[in-house]
Amino acid sequence: MLIELIGINKKYDKEVLKVDKLVLKEGLVYGIIGPSGAGKSTLLRIINLLTPPSSGTYYFMGRSLPANGKERLQLQRNMALVFQNTLLFRDSVWNNVAYGLKARGYGRIEIEQRVDALLEQVGLKDLAARRADTLSGGEAQRIAIARAVAFEPKLLLLDEPTANLDPGNIELIEKMIKTLNSTKSITVVMVTHNVFQARRIAHEVIFIHEGNIVEAGPAEQIFTDPKDPRTRDFVEGRMIY
Amino acid sequence: MLRLYEGIIEAFRLILAFDPALLEIVLLSLRVSVIAIFISTLLGVPLGTLLGLKPEKRTRLINKIIFTFMGMPPVVAGLIIYLILSRQGPLGVLGLLYTPSAMIIAQVFLATPIVTGLTMVGIRAKGSEIEELARSLGAGSALAAWTVVKESRIAILGAIITGFSRVVAEVGAVMIVGGNIAGRTRVMTTAIVLETRKGNFELAIGLGIILLLVSFIINSILYNIQRGGKAN
Repeated sequence: MLIELIGINKKYDKEVLKVDKLVLKEGLVYGIIGPSGAGKSTLLRIINLLTPPSSGTYYFMGRSLPANGKERLQLQRNMALVFQNTLLFRDSVWNNVAYGLKARGYGRIEIEQRVDALLEQVGLKDLAARRADTLSGGEAQRIAIARAVAFEPKLLLLDEPTANLDPGNIELIEKMIKTLNSTKSITVVMVTHNVFQARRIAHEVIFIHEGNIVEAGPAEQIFTDPKDPRTRDFVEGRMIY
Repeated sequence: MLRLYEGIIEAFRLILAFDPALLEIVLLSLRVSVIAIFISTLLGVPLGTLLGLKPEKRTRLINKIIFTFMGMPPVVAGLIIYLILSRQGPLGVLGLLYTPSAMIIAQVFLATPIVTGLTMVGIRAKGSEIEELARSLGAGSALAAWTVVKESRIAILGAIITGFSRVVAEVGAVMIVGGNIAGRTRVMTTAIVLETRKGNFELAIGLGIILLLVSFIINSILYNIQRGGKAN
């Protein structure tokens, strides 16, 4: 297994997330669904080590979280997170995609090869020299994903990657995610409020409600035969939130 | 109005004459202010970045102190530095009073809170978001902090421009700690005060115009660097 969370919870003024147990296996696409404020993004941030949990145990490939900052950074470098609000560096498209590779100390030639190949794959090679802040929303999101996978992480975390995009761009991004998963075996965890998208892409679906994992299982089962009435209400569009 | 017109003529005459005394004053002004803003940048940008990345509720008191120092009257700053550098002061043994070094120290004292405060405000706008993004892409603490600074360069350059404008036009502090000694610590602003007191209004206006011109050139350079960080 890739990630195992046991007894994880996060408290601010009140408890916003409580996970008794969550296991993420390698090579799958996970869809995290749930109403707004359910704790989906908090879970993603805890997995990416951006937000420390208030309590609980975190395992990455069977190893518990190291206390040493350097070792923790090495562990974190196995993952990449694409945020809900696409934020690109005030730099060229090419330099944006190269950022994670430079951070890891890759050589110049390897960086050039990887970045050029990725830009080709996402269909934006012609824009390599363009300033990233001049891109359209769809282009920017494709670059954000390309930047996150340039160093081929074991785990790609996506927080609402297609929010505010038009159907054409949504289709492109979904295709990108599927290709990354199938060709590079990158495990993907995607938060989405769109249950149809989760059904289209995910192998496994996790439904979160009020900070708790209500139900998790194969996508087909969650959508056709959910065990919990709250899951049924949500996937059938009856949950009021 | 006639005096202003004569002052403009005088400014051109002084520039075209390449008057060595004037050149010395201009160069000393620039040297003092550029070194001061350089030191203030070295101190203020890292400090402002550090504070800007911390949650605001944890830095409230420091924020208030910095904002208060940002508005410190130059004469008060001059007086404090004077007391520190005077013979009986804690750093009196260094013998820096009435030297350009004392003027630089006074200007650093004035500019650092401005650079720190405005950098902090600029970083706070998006710094945490950028730091998290950098970390999520595998950056260590140093690279993440550098990325935040790089991404906030427009705001930081704005802070440096404001700090430079403050010190280049400053007169009270440099007058107290420099003493306006001809050939040693006389800068453009103190020369303007002196010439005004002597009744040489045309020369004072001429110097004022040159000061504005120098400030315009320096600020234009910084502004162009700042524009370079924006989208085309």
